[in-house]
Amino acid sequence: MSPRGADFVAARRRLEAKPKSAGEKLTTLEAAAARVEDGAVVAVGGCLYSRTPIALVREILRLRRTGLTLVRSLTCTEGELLMAAGAVDRVVTAWMSIGLPWGVSRILREHVESGRVAFEEWSHLGLGLRLRAGAMGVPFLPTLTMVGSDLAWIDGLREVADPYTGERVAAVPALFPDVALLHVHRADRSGNCQIDGYPHMDADLALAASTVLVTAEEIVADDVVRRRPDRTVIPGFAVDALVHVPFGAFPHECYGLYEADFEHFQEYADATRARGTAAVHDYLERYVHAPASFAACLDLFGTDRLERQRRLAQELTG
Amino acid sequence: MMAGRPPWTAAELLATVGARQFRDHTTVFAGVGVPLLAVALAQRRHAPHLTVVLEGGIVGPRPRPGRLPTSTNEMRAAYGAVMLPAITDTFLLAQRGFLDCGCIGGAQIDRHGNVNSSVIGADHRRPEVRLPGTGGANDIASLCRELVVLTVHERRRFVPRVDFVTSPGWLDGGDRRARAGLRFGGVTKVVTTLGVFDFDPASRRMRVQALHPGVTLDAVRAATGFEVMAPARIDTTPPPTAEELEVLRALDPDRRQLA
Repeated sequence: MSPRGADFVAARRRLEAKPKSAGEKLTTLEAAAARVEDGAVVAVGGCLYSRTPIALVREILRLRRTGLTLVRSLTCTEGELLMAAGAVDRVVTAWMSIGLPWGVSRILREHVESGRVAFEEWSHLGLGLRLRAGAMGVPFLPTLTMVGSDLAWIDGLREVADPYTGERVAAVPALFPDVALLHVHRADRSGNCQIDGYPHMDADLALAASTVLVTAEEIVADDVVRRRPDRTVIPGFAVDALVHVPFGAFPHECYGLYEADFEHFQEYADATRARGTAAVHDYLERYVHAPASFAACLDLFGTDRLERQRRLAQELTG
Repeated sequence: MMAGRPPWTAAELLATVGARQFRDHTTVFAGVGVPLLAVALAQRRHAPHLTVVLEGGIVGPRPRPGRLPTSTNEMRAAYGAVMLPAITDTFLLAQRGFLDCGCIGGAQIDRHGNVNSSVIGADHRRPEVRLPGTGGANDIASLCRELVVLTVHERRRFVPRVDFVTSPGWLDGGDRRARAGLRFGGVTKVVTTLGVFDFDPASRRMRVQALHPGVTLDAVRAATGFEVMAPARIDTTPPPTAEELEVLRALDPDRRQLA
């Protein structure tokens, strides 16, 4: 575990050093992604194939960053792409696979069993509370979970005594990512973000991380936000860069807007089951490096496919 | 239908017998797959006031027939939900004590009900097999008041001691769980394709409670890598009824998860 990650005083100084501006945050994907440096601890929002900031991850892959630590609650295809590209040394997560129907990830197995990538496994609540502690600016949080398991042992989970009663409980150390990557439904130009459906851990990520990069399905006028301020989950002064990217989570889902493309997952899973990392390299070439823009990448799926996924979402949530 | 083969699949058997473990007017934290099918069946049959909680941050969903989710955090999983909390807040409900029961599947399970979904092999850093991981299973096993595990009964799954304790059952038995600091909860039932198992209150060893029709104790012993306790009285599980199967199959008409 990186000592930098748990040092709450240093994390606060890093946060104090960045502007807390209500000014213009809109920029390009390239400019946003360029803020991710080699060796960064990168926390990715959403969960599994829900509201994953795919466009931002793609841009980081295009920049060929290395030495990254990926932090995610439940890790999916984006984790496989980052592993196969040689971009990550370490994954901090509770679970990794495309999803239950696609079984154990061959890419996960290849990279972790060989020792190429370290897999730091926390329980879902354990990891959530680490990020919550980061969002709260405190060095740790007490919890009742993970105790007695081998997860506690491998993660070096420590105990604290309740200062009032002496009762012993577990304590998870705070996690302060260098960068948070988030995809939201709408934001105004100052970066005030609103999310529809499940919030996952995005609000905590936005407050725990030093640099916050957001893509939004829609950029709205600020009075749209001000009319419904109860819907805002991330305040603009926490956001460093904002990019307008419709379908920015595709082929993952965005609640109410488009369902995940399960056929695409099946094609990808079939290819990786047959050919392992070589299949992912082909996938990276086709979807990440060859298309010059995210829009060009979406063209590979075609508007009919995108429309179908949009209709399926409306049937479910409309 | 071939002679001797029952008219239900393993998934249907586990979901049906599993559903009977849940009580009306309670809360259950369910994993995806067969556990979600079991709670959905329970809701539709005998437990209409059962509240289901899913780890993606979903309270009170009512799965839509034909659109069963394959994860616990997607639009299909949220269908009919009453509340969509953040993931951490959802698990904090369990930590506070709001979750009466948890229901998970198991990759590998041992004589004290510990479950492994992390690694096969002695060295977790260089495992023989790296499995997907805990997800919320550790939290569910640590924090819910009771735990029901649903799993296929095979010798390779039912091992004397799991390679890695991902989700704690009774640890090394006796009062070890409490002494390790887990004040609450504990695994109460293991529903398998051969029967229903509970845990001896003193030793916390897995014990046969009931066998499915036609299943013998010898069959259980052959499929279990440790000695399972067998009390004098062993019940026979009532088989899945036509009505239970009908309700279950209506949830998954394309049989994507039941087959």
